[in-house]
Amino acid sequence: MNIALLLEMAADAAPDRIGLVCDGKRWTYTELLSAARGAFELIEQSGAQYVALLDESSEAAVIALFGAALAGVPYCPLNYRLADADLAALLERIAPALVVGDEERVARIAGNQGHTVLSREEFAAKAQEVVPDSEDRVYDPGEGVAVQLFTSGTTAAPKAAILRHSNLLGYILGTVEFAAADEADAALVVVPPYHIAGISALMSSIYANRRIVMLPAFSPEAWLKLVESEGVTNAFVVPTMLARIIAEMDKGLTADVSSLRAVAYGGGKMPLEVIQRALALFPDAGFTNAYGLTETSSTIALLGPEDHRAALASDDPKVRARLTSLGQALPTVEIQIRDEDGNVLPAGEAGEIFVRGDQVSGEYKEKSALIEGGWFPTRDAGYIDEDGYIFLSGRADDVIVRGGENISPGEIEDVLLTHPAIADACACAVPSVEWGEGIGLALVTRQGQPVPAEDDLKELIRGRLRSSRLPDKIKFVPELPYNEMGKLLRREVKKILAE
Amino acid sequence: MKPGTRLKSAACDTEVMVIRCGDGTIECGGAPMGEAKPAEPAPLSADFSGGTLMGKRYVDADGQYELLCVKPGKGSLSVDGVALVTKDAKPLPASD
Repeated sequence: MNIALLLEMAADAAPDRIGLVCDGKRWTYTELLSAARGAFELIEQSGAQYVALLDESSEAAVIALFGAALAGVPYCPLNYRLADADLAALLERIAPALVVGDEERVARIAGNQGHTVLSREEFAAKAQEVVPDSEDRVYDPGEGVAVQLFTSGTTAAPKAAILRHSNLLGYILGTVEFAAADEADAALVVVPPYHIAGISALMSSIYANRRIVMLPAFSPEAWLKLVESEGVTNAFVVPTMLARIIAEMDKGLTADVSSLRAVAYGGGKMPLEVIQRALALFPDAGFTNAYGLTETSSTIALLGPEDHRAALASDDPKVRARLTSLGQALPTVEIQIRDEDGNVLPAGEAGEIFVRGDQVSGEYKEKSALIEGGWFPTRDAGYIDEDGYIFLSGRADDVIVRGGENISPGEIEDVLLTHPAIADACACAVPSVEWGEGIGLALVTRQGQPVPAEDDLKELIRGRLRSSRLPDKIKFVPELPYNEMGKLLRREVKKILAE
Repeated sequence: MKPGTRLKSAACDTEVMVIRCGDGTIECGGAPMGEAKPAEPAPLSADFSGGTLMGKRYVDADGQYELLCVKPGKGSLSVDGVALVTKDAKPLPASD
């Protein structure tokens, strides 16, 4: 079954409804489907084996996603923020492709790779012009790969994660009620197109018949303005975006945000103070923490609006702590915690997070990472409490092994962040002659606060954790390195600590 | 029959995509469904005239069959004479 079915059904059920708003232009579902079918023609003519997007979000993302699906070639949005050499290497891996976006750059860095390149405007215009007679067309049955996403490659060369039509449809059909949205509903999409959340947002909204409002380049001002002018009801943000929106609102920036009913966040760790402030600034909105990975077709666990409210209102530290959890597994997936030998661990014990379900691909172009029983080892470390709430402590690869003891950075960081002078904290492994690995800390102090004494910080850690969690090295830095999705770049922190 | 097959009702406008299936006969409005519509429409059985709803998934008790309605109609779905029931999506609080 082909993911294009999602758009076909929307166009069938609500042909004249506005499905997408981008840069002031409005597209009905019929227009989007017609353009996707036009894109199919362009893809066929080009002989491309992939459709790549090298651009910010726009209507081209929707047209290319579904056009590629109809043509049976993977849609492969690329991170335009990559350096030339890295991007050229990725383009080479998908040659020959129909590349939509930055023509000048592709010509310069990958001009000899055999790609067909169209600018965003050209692609959208041509796709609308070439209107085929769909009766004559046989579209791909959707038994193969719908989307290929290169992982960010923080540890090695980027891996090509592949998502089959069946994975993506498993996610959408299992979690979205068809045509459930009111005509006035609108979802503000600001996640870059090369991120799985950006792709699933398009499919979820289209299947729900919820108007997509695209914001290609994020700024707090533009975000708030669109919420007001489009009457946005649903929005997904990464933590850094929410932090910036809140900071501007606290400085006096105002907008009518009363239409906002649901704000979801994910993609990185949400600081407690940001979510608490957000709950106060958007009292009418329900907040949802969504946890997922590229390899799982997006969300696999949720902390819903009720959980947020209950945690805030509770005196029970266990319930309050859930504000920092990932919530519970979706009913459509199974999640387990396992130790290094593969044994399933009971509630409360930390290990690696495993997941399985229809939406879980766990597959790379090179090989599948699924193990026996269809389980996918996420390489994320965490534990599940007795009520099924999942707590993330970091990447399994980030675990510090000090004298044979596994230490997750998150537990140390959480304690340090309770110190009034500490604004941000990162713990990671530093070489230690004595222990193999020791604990290094990179810390950011809060503006206007004195730099705390190292002994005070050690005292704080000793009071809350075991002595094996004491740092071997502490460095104060102006800020920690994050990528544009709000992910802390621990590899960069390691370099800073090694200096 | 395999997943991804689009079946049409012989008795009404209903069309479904097969998500999961076994070896039984998939029917709508009491008549077997097929990839093409018959020249002569089959009569709509009164026992299977509850209607189908666009976007709903229909399953049997054993979870062997799952059909997605992509075009609604007057008939209702069954396998070997046993009615299928709707399976609801578990909507997320708009996580993405």
